[in-house]
Amino acid sequence: MVRREPRDRTRTVITPEGVALPFVLASRGSRAAALVIDLILIMTAMAVTTLTLIWIAGGIGIKMGDIEAGSPKSRALQALAIVWIIAMFLFRNAWFLFFELGPRGATPGKRVTGIRIAARGTERLTTEAVIARNIVRDIELFMPIVFISSAVAAGSDTDLAGWAGAVWCAIFLLFPFFNRDSLRCGDVIAGTWVVEAQTRKLGQALSVSAPVAATDQAFTFTPAELAVYGEFELQTLERVLRDGRVPALDDVADAISRKIGRPYPDGAERVFLESYYLQLRARLEQGLRFGKRKADKHAA
Amino acid sequence: MSEAAPSLLGRLGVWFSPAASADIAAATSAALRSDRFRLEREGEWKRLEAIVTRIERGRLRGVSDEDLLALPALYRTAVSSLAVARETSLDAETLLWLEGLTRRAWFIVYGPRAGLGDWLMRFFGGGWGASVRALHSEILIALVLMIAGTIVGWLLVASDPDWYYALMPGGMGPRVPGASRAVLMNTLFGQQDQKGLAVFAAALFSNNAQVAILAFALGFAFGLPSALLLIQNTTMLGALLWLYHGQGLTIEIVGWLSVHGTTELYAILLAGAAGLHIGRAMAFPGEASVLDAAAAAGRRSAQVMAGVVFMLIVAGLLEGFARQLIDNTAGRLIVGIFMLVFWTAYFFVWRGAGKQA
Repeated sequence: MVRREPRDRTRTVITPEGVALPFVLASRGSRAAALVIDLILIMTAMAVTTLTLIWIAGGIGIKMGDIEAGSPKSRALQALAIVWIIAMFLFRNAWFLFFELGPRGATPGKRVTGIRIAARGTERLTTEAVIARNIVRDIELFMPIVFISSAVAAGSDTDLAGWAGAVWCAIFLLFPFFNRDSLRCGDVIAGTWVVEAQTRKLGQALSVSAPVAATDQAFTFTPAELAVYGEFELQTLERVLRDGRVPALDDVADAISRKIGRPYPDGAERVFLESYYLQLRARLEQGLRFGKRKADKHAA
Repeated sequence: MSEAAPSLLGRLGVWFSPAASADIAAATSAALRSDRFRLEREGEWKRLEAIVTRIERGRLRGVSDEDLLALPALYRTAVSSLAVARETSLDAETLLWLEGLTRRAWFIVYGPRAGLGDWLMRFFGGGWGASVRALHSEILIALVLMIAGTIVGWLLVASDPDWYYALMPGGMGPRVPGASRAVLMNTLFGQQDQKGLAVFAAALFSNNAQVAILAFALGFAFGLPSALLLIQNTTMLGALLWLYHGQGLTIEIVGWLSVHGTTELYAILLAGAAGLHIGRAMAFPGEASVLDAAAAAGRRSAQVMAGVVFMLIVAGLLEGFARQLIDNTAGRLIVGIFMLVFWTAYFFVWRGAGKQA
């Protein structure tokens, strides 16, 4: 029963109703993965659009050379070219905007990695904030890409301006590594952060799912036997019971039995543990109602 | 062991049995008070979860009106349940699940309130103008920078025409110092039979929008790069004016530029001002922390930037069509001045019908 340190990435937000809600910040790795997935999707969408338009252009039977001629064909080609330019602009700038404004607050990449954007602090996430964080993406992401690809194309001789540009790009790319909340520049400007968006299923209430232990009272423990453990051990025991793996049940039952000096019949580990769990929880919750908390076995 | 396995299986069977009514009956028989608390409220929590899940999947239409109306109340129930459960229950599973549910509902109840349509209505109906007016001091600074840039550009080229090649990007075609009046005249007029105007307009928009977005985003570095970008772009303007002035074509070039230029320069002015606003907020955050100040400034100026992109669409259309189609200076000046007056009135005179939220 090693107590894990509370994770460094946990942040607490007080809702307008005055209740503290814990949030877990998304790790930098999952954010990078989400970005890579999004970029792949964007590039695929761009390629598909381009190929479709070329296919349509081929279908009407026009060649690139026709654009200057004043024929109906050239008008059709112009229309296609406009559609292409606007589509490319939208893919580059509106992809993130569109998805992050949705109810999930996440692009497809973020959905896959199970993260979403949220407003820092208690404020609501606004449309303006989503716009702001994605406008800044342009210099954080697309400018370095253009810069690096042009530098690669230019060859090996790097001058002072090249190094200055590299430093400039590095500032933006590495920004998330130099603050506690792993904010990128866009998050700073917009007042947002990226958090984990896990959904979980609700398990059965244990005092209902353990009818044998609850009704038959197969074991009744004395207050002294129950005073050994605290909330932390109770919740560990809950996890073991919910997982229901037999070797773990055996080990825990043995440990408790040794600690409180009370044997149990062979094969009755589960009934033993469930009775102990329910009675310990009843006792600790009663203490809770009177304002007494016992955090773990070391607490007085 | 041999007994535990079947009893475990039997219990699993109970867990997954469809007899949900048994659970409700169990609420009265649950041994623990905290479990009774949970079972009494579980129906409402589950209803909230179902609504939230449907909204998250984007099936807003699948949510009935009653459910939508009930959402805020159900959310508050969940929040207060969470607050009570934290003080009375040691059931970690329920607490974690309830926290997760409250978080998901919180995102929806306190999420972006308006859809894109509603947001656009508010935006054009006064929200844009209000956010522009909020930046008035930065707009003045940006305007001074742009005027200074134009003058500097003019003076530099006037003192040494070689500066022209340094200031202007390549591919200016016939627009170089020493070009004859006829050549320059030809670049301004007589292009209405040019083809591919629409493509040209769309390409211009895409390019200008990226420049404006850059001017805004660079505000992050305390506004300095925004200011430099403003100056750099207007020195080109100054150099161009000088070139045509030399051949006595000042009014003509002003007309040629003003068709789209009043809109485009206005948009760049606003983008630069938005960048300066962020830079100023970060350099001088005042009472607030730097992060809070930057966030507030960013949200305020993001609205301006959305408008800038819209203005650049207008400018691209004017540049692609109106400039080439209107082939006389008077007509061009009228269009340009009209746009200038229109934008100024829209931003600074008209206060909008509704109040700003």
